[in-house]
Amino acid sequence: MRDAAEASNAAVDAAPVKAAERAERRGHGFQRGLAPFAAPLGVGLVVAGVWEFAVGYWQVPEYLLPPPSAIVETMGAERATLASAWCVTFGAMAVALMAAVLFGVLLAAVFATSRIVELSLFPYAVVLQVTPLVAIAPLLMIWINTPWIVKLVCAWIVAFFPILSNTALGLRAADPGLSDLFRLYRASPWQRARLLLAPSALPYFLAGLRVAVNLALVGAVVAEFVTGAATDHPGLASLVFEGQYAMNVPLTFAALGLISGTGIAMYFATHLLSRWLLGGWHASSLEPDRP
Amino acid sequence: MTPPAATPASGRPPAPGSPPPSAIDLRRVGKVYPGGTRALDGVTCRFEPGEFVSLLGPSGCGKCTVLRIVAGLAAPTTGEVVRGGKAGGGSPGVPMPTELGCVFQEPTLMPWARVWDNVYLPLRLRGVRRRAAQDRVDAALTRVGLADFAGALPRELSGGMKMRVAVARATVARPAVLMLDEPFAALDEITRFRLNDDLLRLWSEQAWTGLFVTHSVFESVYLSSRVIVMSGRPGRVIEEVAVPLPYPRDDATRTSAEYVSLCRHVSDALRRSMAGAGQHGAADAQGGTRDA
Repeated sequence: MRDAAEASNAAVDAAPVKAAERAERRGHGFQRGLAPFAAPLGVGLVVAGVWEFAVGYWQVPEYLLPPPSAIVETMGAERATLASAWCVTFGAMAVALMAAVLFGVLLAAVFATSRIVELSLFPYAVVLQVTPLVAIAPLLMIWINTPWIVKLVCAWIVAFFPILSNTALGLRAADPGLSDLFRLYRASPWQRARLLLAPSALPYFLAGLRVAVNLALVGAVVAEFVTGAATDHPGLASLVFEGQYAMNVPLTFAALGLISGTGIAMYFATHLLSRWLLGGWHASSLEPDRP
Repeated sequence: MTPPAATPASGRPPAPGSPPPSAIDLRRVGKVYPGGTRALDGVTCRFEPGEFVSLLGPSGCGKCTVLRIVAGLAAPTTGEVVRGGKAGGGSPGVPMPTELGCVFQEPTLMPWARVWDNVYLPLRLRGVRRRAAQDRVDAALTRVGLADFAGALPRELSGGMKMRVAVARATVARPAVLMLDEPFAALDEITRFRLNDDLLRLWSEQAWTGLFVTHSVFESVYLSSRVIVMSGRPGRVIEEVAVPLPYPRDDATRTSAEYVSLCRHVSDALRRSMAGAGQHGAADAQGGTRDA
């Protein structure tokens, strides 16, 4: 049973913590809640306003630079086409990303168990990363000849490496003291993997995911350009082409806007996922303590 | 140096449910690390069941290496470690056949796990279910005065509280041997005094063998029934100083003439151990003495 002295000790220890919690609750409410979304949205609205005004003031032709209002109007008019194209591009990105996560994490786990396997295979993973996608895609078209699979493979290639390298790094970044502790208590390999390595690697994996998610989108779009998949599976990149050929520049901008918007949405989604999974224990998920 | 004869730690009865005690013998243990660094050279000493022994010496003298070898986290290059008549420290990575607890220099808590789950870890790794472990974990937290913080994350705790969690984790499975590697070195003096008292209380309740590594002459004399003074690298046992101060110890102990005299004696031994060491080691030794 805890005696009075211990209770007082714990109270003394707890005092700075409670004070810090109160200060944290008092301040930074706006920063923690709305600022990450409101601040960039505000900047976007200002830029759009200036853009609209400048295009009208200098009477820039629509085929050179359409005003934001025309782009929004086109988005409304072509919403069925755009939605269908977005589904194709987003679907390719999502499937490629899931495959990248699956294979990236599995291979990183293999690397963590065998240094010789890592030394043997890692250079080839780097080759995949450094070879330009536009150089690989035509070869893939020759070998595979199914544009949507080529698109998946292209998006997977670019998304795979950040997942692999970050997770492999994270699996090796477990606290040496905790590693000693697990050895001392004779933890089984499975216990070590589940209770130590996986949580240690999680922040690294999520950082890789944040990069990979947008690379997968870029990979899918570039693959659409290279494979010319407009006829079979028109994606957003196909609409960019279509707008260019038809001098329908607002459609090009609308497709580009959807690509950018998807990228931004995916970035914030991974940001929220990180905050949720890291649960306030990792420095990357904590708000900086600034006045 | 010949180790002294087995001495009872404090004359207190063994705690109920504690593991059967057996002595740990280090026989001419030497350690050379792969880079060629000679950490230990012919270290011979014996840790009797239930006693509290401090290893004292300058930085880099191999105190921590002794603990790592006893824990089975490192293998001796020469010599052997014997417990209960069986050699058990000769293979790399093979822990001694005993229930060990360890508190490191840093709290070494899992930052993603709540305090309760951190303390539960040793039991969890031994296959004890959460429900079965509930009472033991709660009791361990209560013993260190952190029952109200079971649901907190480590980042929400102060340095002293984190160290208390580490002590609760190390003692939750009632180890036969508890190794403490400079656990309170980074804490302020008041917190350190308080944690020293808490540690002695746990030791008297649980009857583990305490192996305590420290730079502080004061701390080593206050806690221990015996202080082993080691030389600079490569570490050797220079002197073993018995501390016949009665337990329990408290603030009155810290101001007693016998305690001051023992501190002076240990300081002199530490200074002598540094006589042949370089400038860096001498500076460390002075720091250790000042600390005392």
